[in-house]
Amino acid sequence: MKMLRTAIHEIETAAELEKLIQENEQVMVCCGRMGPMCIPVYETMEELEEERPSIKFYSMSFDTPEAAPIRNAPMCRGFMGLPFTVYYKNGQMVEATTSIQSREQIESILDAQFN
Amino acid sequence: MEETFDVIILGAGAAGLTAGIYTSRAKLSTLILNEGAIGGQMTLTNEIANYPGVHTTSGYALATTMKEQAKSFGCKIKSNVSINSYDLQSDIKTIQLANGQVFKGKSIIIAAGGVPRTLPIPGEEQFRGKGISFCATCDGEFFTDKEVVVVGGGNSALEEAVSLSKHARKITIVHQFDHFQAFKHAIQDAESNPKINFIMQSELREFRGNLNLESVLVEHLPTGEKQVIKTDGVFLFIGYTPKTEAFKEILPLNTRGEIPVDAEMKTSIDGVFAAGDCIAKRYRQVTTSVAEGTIAALSVAEYLNKKN
Repeated sequence: MKMLRTAIHEIETAAELEKLIQENEQVMVCCGRMGPMCIPVYETMEELEEERPSIKFYSMSFDTPEAAPIRNAPMCRGFMGLPFTVYYKNGQMVEATTSIQSREQIESILDAQFN
Repeated sequence: MEETFDVIILGAGAAGLTAGIYTSRAKLSTLILNEGAIGGQMTLTNEIANYPGVHTTSGYALATTMKEQAKSFGCKIKSNVSINSYDLQSDIKTIQLANGQVFKGKSIIIAAGGVPRTLPIPGEEQFRGKGISFCATCDGEFFTDKEVVVVGGGNSALEEAVSLSKHARKITIVHQFDHFQAFKHAIQDAESNPKINFIMQSELREFRGNLNLESVLVEHLPTGEKQVIKTDGVFLFIGYTPKTEAFKEILPLNTRGEIPVDAEMKTSIDGVFAAGDCIAKRYRQVTTSVAEGTIAALSVAEYLNKKN
């Protein structure tokens, strides 16, 4: 069941997450809720989705048990702020951030990790 | 040929969106340029219960409705832009984005809003999201059965401290003054909560830890005495600072960095108006920003009428 009211595609299961990161070379997933720290990240992703078609942008509810692969990822160890935003390249998690991120912060990661 | 808008609004919070609704409905060609997320400070509020005519709503829902209203009247909105330069002195105002795009307007409404104030002390950047938070509703459950510090003495600080008491074992409020600025009911709720302790007339000097935040250094202001408080998290609710840095060479600002305006929201530059949390004012509410956005829009309409 979809939990997030955003324009970007919401991943609902761990199996779907695994399929998408295996099928797509460059993937960004924002795992959060509809809270004030998460919404600005979704909005930035909605705009970047149009500007950077080579990257796949997805959201995922933090509260579903299906999000365990993100919540429990080694790169997310010690995270205590929503959202957990993770970046995958060729199926591997290459970067992760916690709490609100500005467009500049997100773009610098996309530039660094995905050229 | 590039379009010259009747009005360019800088900011898409409550003031900017309201101004956009009014000017576009008045058939003035309107562009909103927004450097952050649409909704501004509104989106940081999970529940708004004092917006007249609406029982209870979320800041996100209210902002989304305002955005849709503005767009329905023909207002163009570009959000998450990065503005490189402003020419506000000329008769036709020019805004250049970092990507080279140029937008021209016959008038400008600055509704840049504010940003949450942070503590410029060692460790703030390092532990953000790893112990330091700005949203109890978002991150409270990460601190279940843990000890946290809340910094601030206004309504947000005290209300969020009470909210955190649902999760945390112990909450210590650190406040720089010997009294709180919050409403009486918020103070009573905090003072009667057995999980909440108070350290008054004190300020944080350093965040300490390894992977995550582990303690804070607190200074008692009257004596200068410092103590280390072990804590798993710090929630900062120390107000907002106006987002006017970009205008300090263009417009006179007051000592708090706010833009002075007259009763019609005019600034000292002809054709440039300002509204919302970036202006010099006492009360900062969604309703006050909405009112100022309305006045600025009506003043722009009158200004353009006189010019034509």
